[in-house]
Amino acid sequence: MWAMRHSYILMGPYMLLFFLFTVLPVTLSLAVSFTSFNLLEFPKWVGWSNYTRLFLDDEVFLIAIKNTFLFAFITGPVSYIACFLFAWLINELPTKLRALMTLIFYAPSISGNVFFIWLIMFSGDGYGYVNGFLMKLGVILEPIQWLQDERYVLWIVMLVQLWLSLGVSFLAFIAGLQSIDRTLFEAGSVDGIRNRWQELWYITLPSMRPQLLFGAVIQISSSFAIAEVSIALAGFPSVNYAAHTVVTHLMDYGSIRFEMGYASAIATVLFVIMVGTNVIVQKLLRKVGE
Amino acid sequence: MSAMAASSKKRLSRSLVGDVTIFIFLGMFGAFMALPLVYTINNAFKPLDELFLFPPKFLVRNPTLDNFFDLFHLMADSWVPFTRYVFNTVLITAAGTVGHVVLASAAAYPLAKHRFPGSKVLFTIVVLSLMFSQHVTAVPNYVIMSWLGWIDSYIAIIAPALAASLGLYLMKQFMEQIPDALLEAAKIDGASEYRIFWQIVMPLVKPAWLTLVILLFQVLWGTDGGNFIYSEELKTMNYALSQILAGGIVRAGPGAFVALLMMSVPITIFVISQSNIIETMASSGMKE
Repeated sequence: MWAMRHSYILMGPYMLLFFLFTVLPVTLSLAVSFTSFNLLEFPKWVGWSNYTRLFLDDEVFLIAIKNTFLFAFITGPVSYIACFLFAWLINELPTKLRALMTLIFYAPSISGNVFFIWLIMFSGDGYGYVNGFLMKLGVILEPIQWLQDERYVLWIVMLVQLWLSLGVSFLAFIAGLQSIDRTLFEAGSVDGIRNRWQELWYITLPSMRPQLLFGAVIQISSSFAIAEVSIALAGFPSVNYAAHTVVTHLMDYGSIRFEMGYASAIATVLFVIMVGTNVIVQKLLRKVGE
Repeated sequence: MSAMAASSKKRLSRSLVGDVTIFIFLGMFGAFMALPLVYTINNAFKPLDELFLFPPKFLVRNPTLDNFFDLFHLMADSWVPFTRYVFNTVLITAAGTVGHVVLASAAAYPLAKHRFPGSKVLFTIVVLSLMFSQHVTAVPNYVIMSWLGWIDSYIAIIAPALAASLGLYLMKQFMEQIPDALLEAAKIDGASEYRIFWQIVMPLVKPAWLTLVILLFQVLWGTDGGNFIYSEELKTMNYALSQILAGGIVRAGPGAFVALLMMSVPITIFVISQSNIIETMASSGMKE
């Protein structure tokens, strides 16, 4: 213990704050999930009843789960691969062009709430860009209510989410690519690596394993937590809950109905799902480049 | 150093067709991704009648600086001097970003490079915490803040930012790539753990912490003080500017300029950090 004192001293300040502002609130929230709590009266212990209600009596929650899985299993992998692919391609460009392209690809996630331009694109009347374009082509005769139609709204939210998703992992991959030892590539070409795909699989990807694992966790936590874009585009609640997600369900109970116990139970279920997905993904990623 | 840079260019030959395809592919997606930048810049210079044009036009036709002057007058009229909001935001952003980078890196170094009791468990807890929804921890967080007596102070915004999980995880992943032999050599030469961390590890992972600066700066720059700040004098620029935006039609012009202003500072930080990332890595050998 004494021999490692320097390690503990280095970690001390961070860990103190981390426990106070992250571990403690999360633990409290887990405890609250077994209670009935309206923020005014003292929480009342109710055991597992929040959880049984969630799975047996709450049909909207089942819709939310279905939508969230759809979001996560489509946007998650697509955006993860896109983050890496774009980072990798941009990294091969000359320096100045590389800096410019990085900025352009990162722009959607840096520019705050600019995704409202998608509202104009998918506006439900003939003036919406998409409707106008399709009508001019003669594909459709009347404007489509893109954001009020349950057949389309989920997919539009996914599209916008993808457009926004070149953020944290994208930057981490760019920095990771910059950190690869260049001599590895020379050694590779001596050893008979012939094209850029082989180079990618046998050298680049294995050298970036720490960043790839990091990116996966970030993608999982962001793609399961989709809510903001859904609310901005599809409204809250969306038509027939067509774009309802676990997090919008959570916000409904947490910040509108003030059923904190129930909201905490929703958060806990989401947490368990994400942790499970994470374990599987991390196992798969350890096989990269083998 | 120059030898390294030269040798890195001598990588295996690419096919010309492949290069051109990639270039076209990037160009197409790039144009699509650049939409928000183009739109925000254009909007800021649109005269009022163009802002309300229906159907809306993407590009400005008669650019004007009216929005900028209107915003300037609005700021001059505000009850609390506008410079106070700017000061608050700059203080929160600077303290939060610098503090987080230093604390998270200091905590990441032992987790990445030392074996000690509890290291695995601590790291697992940090990673798990990334997957818990922020929406339900808001209430417990408020309770803890009020218990500490930190409500309505800068520290209520800064302290949680210092302990964000993201930075520690990112820094740990990068520090793992540093060769152990390098650190052992420094230890044999008599460097203390603190000196190794500050003078060897930190310079080597510069791309990582510059990335972290970009990410955290953006988050803190956009903070509005949330549930913790009540006094008008402690509120942030984002809050003050969003009040201008909330003014509706009358304020649409200045509002469009606000969007440009809020975006341009993170972009500037981003550009500076990016060029630094590229420069460092051209000359440093992370691996042996």
